[in-house]
Formats: sequence, structure tokens, C-alpha cells
Amino acid sequence: MDAKRYELNVQLAQMLKGGVIMDVTNVEQAKIAEDAGAVAVMALERVPADIRKDGGVARMSDPAMIAAIKEAVSIPVMAKARIGHFVEAQILEILKIDYIDESEVLTPADEECHIDKTKFSIPFVCGARNLGEALRRIAEGAAMIRTKGEAGTGNVVEAVRHMRTMNREIRQLINMPLEEVTGFAKANGMPYEIALQVRKLERLPVVNFAAGGIATPADAALMMQLGCDGIFVGSGIFKSADPALRAKAIVKATAYFNDPKKVLEASMGLGEAMAGLEIASIPAEQLLAGRGW
Amino acid sequence: MNNHSSDTDGRGMPAIGVLDLQGGISEHIDHLERLGIRSVRVKEEEDFQNLAGLIVPGGESSCISRLLRLFNLDEIIVQQFQKGMKIWGTCAGAILLAKTVINESAHLGLIDIEIERNSFGSQLDSFQYEAVIPGLLKKPASLTFIRAPKIIKVGRDVNVLLQIDDYIAAAESSDVLVTVFHPELTGCLAFHHYFAKKCNLKPRDVDGTEVLDPTWRLTSWTRLARISRG
Repeated sequence: MDAKRYELNVQLAQMLKGGVIMDVTNVEQAKIAEDAGAVAVMALERVPADIRKDGGVARMSDPAMIAAIKEAVSIPVMAKARIGHFVEAQILEILKIDYIDESEVLTPADEECHIDKTKFSIPFVCGARNLGEALRRIAEGAAMIRTKGEAGTGNVVEAVRHMRTMNREIRQLINMPLEEVTGFAKANGMPYEIALQVRKLERLPVVNFAAGGIATPADAALMMQLGCDGIFVGSGIFKSADPALRAKAIVKATAYFNDPKKVLEASMGLGEAMAGLEIASIPAEQLLAGRGW
Repeated sequence: MNNHSSDTDGRGMPAIGVLDLQGGISEHIDHLERLGIRSVRVKEEEDFQNLAGLIVPGGESSCISRLLRLFNLDEIIVQQFQKGMKIWGTCAGAILLAKTVINESAHLGLIDIEIERNSFGSQLDSFQYEAVIPGLLKKPASLTFIRAPKIIKVGRDVNVLLQIDDYIAAAESSDVLVTVFHPELTGCLAFHHYFAKKCNLKPRDVDGTEVLDPTWRLTSWTRLARISRG
């Protein structure tokens, strides 16, 4: 990827700011998401809640299903490749979707290496639990970052933890004397040059969305108030009682995240949210956020 | 740049608003500030007070359109437009302003153009294009097209500003400017300068050499979106 292409890829993500990206598993859901005001859809065969329930190895979705969704909507289409599975990424690039999510929701294909994203023209979004992880992904060529959260739980606690961790580490970087940055970067596995850039910009140099466990308009507004640039909703919409209504409500609450009156309006009469999971009730080996590093 | 004298926040001064629902808002505000133009984020009815112009930014037109209708901001925009507020739409903004949108119903319908949404293909087909526009862009500048629409044709009262191959990339009527590319994503200030003058405001002068602000960076927008220090 040349520098100009990377610039365009970062800028597409900028155009998604303040918007909601929704997981969809078929054409019908993709249209519901688009009509509700989604800024992009994530095409996948099973939402994270079902991947969690079904167990087994989760892989890239059937490209025919992704192509059908791409055909059906005019908003950007994203799809997931397994961590380190650069051939799944090659397939998604040839398929000409708009963005690849190198995602811990799928079973990792490589426990040592993430995809070398600089080899691709297509943009990548990657998950992160802390600043070091975010900056390592940016160094590998990610054009957009999202929190990992704990996908498929309907429980926002991990997304909050990841965003607060990133914010805290950014504040630490800003406030420490320059000579401490080298050690801080080393201790947290941060590429030094990008750490310096974050210190100067007082935020990530690319867009950072919230993902993993967002299920209600209030969850979305919470993540926006914590400083996220936009929202991914996975299982939260199509595992709820009234997906179209909930999708619209989350779009509204994301746009007006600082206006409690509008978030209140958005929260009323939505029916059942997806059933949630306590993180502590999940066996450690089934936690998704620990995949990748 | 902030003037903390008698008119502390300059609220009496006419401003250009940037529709603050979704998309590239900070990027436009950054450019307006570089030209010394007061800018306002617009998302409520009261935000429309004293606006000489409104920018409808890039983003996803279907999302912005839904939010416009949800809070009746579409009606307010049309009312303000009829009272003399100028409007500029970039990319998705141009789609929202068009009278005719291929394969969907029109949104605000304030300029007589026919436009096709996402007309180039996927993100892999996004590109930059070097152009000159007589009277607006005197020196060649790089224009950024991201999943851009194409203007297919324009009505009689609309001037074509930039034609590329088989499509129109920029056009204007007496009160509306549309660009399918994103001047706010480059260091090019010429379009914001041009629009400010269309709004009868006085942007800081940028002559030929200053059209590309040398201090602009890819990350310039981030100064308007820093993490909270709390």
C-alpha cells in the first residue's frame, strides 16, 4: 500500500465518524440496517452471540453471502478475516469489499503474527484493549481501530475498560517528561514514533470506534462520551426483540450522545434487548478479547 | 485565533454552520478556522441563528438524511435557505442537496442536478485527481474522491465548475455549491474560501501560493477531537 492509498483509507474511516456500523447476516438485515441509518454493515454468517453459542472454529464468511450483501446496499460493506489469515484477507480484497476487520471474533489463524496490512490496498480495522495494542496494529497498517470489548455478550463492561485504558495511557503519555516516553513505550509494547505522535495529537492518529457488547442506545452514548469516534453493534441489534426500531434508536443516540433528553427518547419502548452475559460466567478459554496481542 | 476581546465568542458575527449529525465535521471546521471564519456545529434548531451559510459534510447520505427527517431539520434548512442562507454539500452532502438522485427519492432538493450515489465502486476505487478550476482553483490541486457520487447532468440555472470524463464533479447555482470530492480532506482552502465569499463573508486572503495551506496535515482534524483530559 503506498502512502496515498493509506491516506484515502484513513479518510474513509473519518467519513464514518459519529455513525453506527451494524453486523448483518443476510440481505434482508443489511437493508434494515441501511434504512435505519447505519454508516456501514459488517457482513458475517453468524453474529458473535451465535459464534459463542455454537463453539467450534469460526472462519471468514462465505464470499457469496458477502457479495450478495454488497450488491444489496449502497453503504460501505466490511467483512471479517481471522487474525493472521492473510489469504482470507486476499480473498476479501479481490471481492472488493470496502473494509476488512481482522477480528478476534473469528478463531485466530496465527498466534504470533497479525496480517501485514501494508501489503494490501484495502483498508483494515483492528481491535485493541489498550494503547500498545492499538499502536502495534497501526504500525502494521491498520487504518482504523476499535475497542475489542467482549463480543456477543451484550455486556458493555469490557468495551468501557478498553476505552478507559486507552484514554488513561494517552493521558500518561501527554503528561510525562519526554525522557520517560522511551521506557513507557518499551513497557507497553508501543512503537516509539507512533507513541510520540499520540503524545502530540492527544489521541490516536486514526479513528477509534467502540465495539464489543454494545446493546442499547445508552451503551452507544456512553462509549461516545468516553471519546469514541463511532460505534460497532454486533449481536445487539438482530438478537433483540425489534431490530429495526433498536437500530434506529442506536443511530439517534450515537448522533446526539451528549443530549440526555434525546438519548432518553431513543431508549423508550424498544422491547427486549439481547440477553446479556456476565463476563465472570464465561470460561476463560471462551473469552474473545484475549485473542491477538 | 480566538479573539477574547469585547465580542468574546463572536456570537454576533455571521458564521458558517457545519451540519453536525454524522461524517466529516471536524475537517470542515478546521478549514474554516484557517480562513478566520467563525464556524458553528449545527444539530438543533437554535444553531441556525445568524448563519450565512451551511456546509452539509461527507458521511453516509442515508444516515444523515434519516437524522435530518427525524428532528425536522430538513424543514428548517429549507426555511433558512429561502431566507438567504447559502449551502455547500460535499460528497454525501451533494447527494442530499440534489433535486434528482438516481434510484432513490430526493432529500433536500435544493439544486437542479441529477446525481448517482457511490458511482465509482468500492473503497478500492477511491482516488485523488489533480485539477484546475478557472476562477476558483488557480493552481493544480489534488482532489480526494472517496466512494464518491457522480453528477450526471445539471439544470439550466446550474453552472458546471469541473467536468471530468463523463461526469460532473463540481457545480453551483446562485445559492448552492456542490462538490462530489472532499476539499476538507486536503490542505486545499480554495473551496472554503470560495464558499465563504459566496456567503458574503470575508475569509482571510489566500492567494495562489497559499491555496494549499503548508501547515495542514492528515491529522489536523484531530485537534478538534482530542480525548477528554478528565
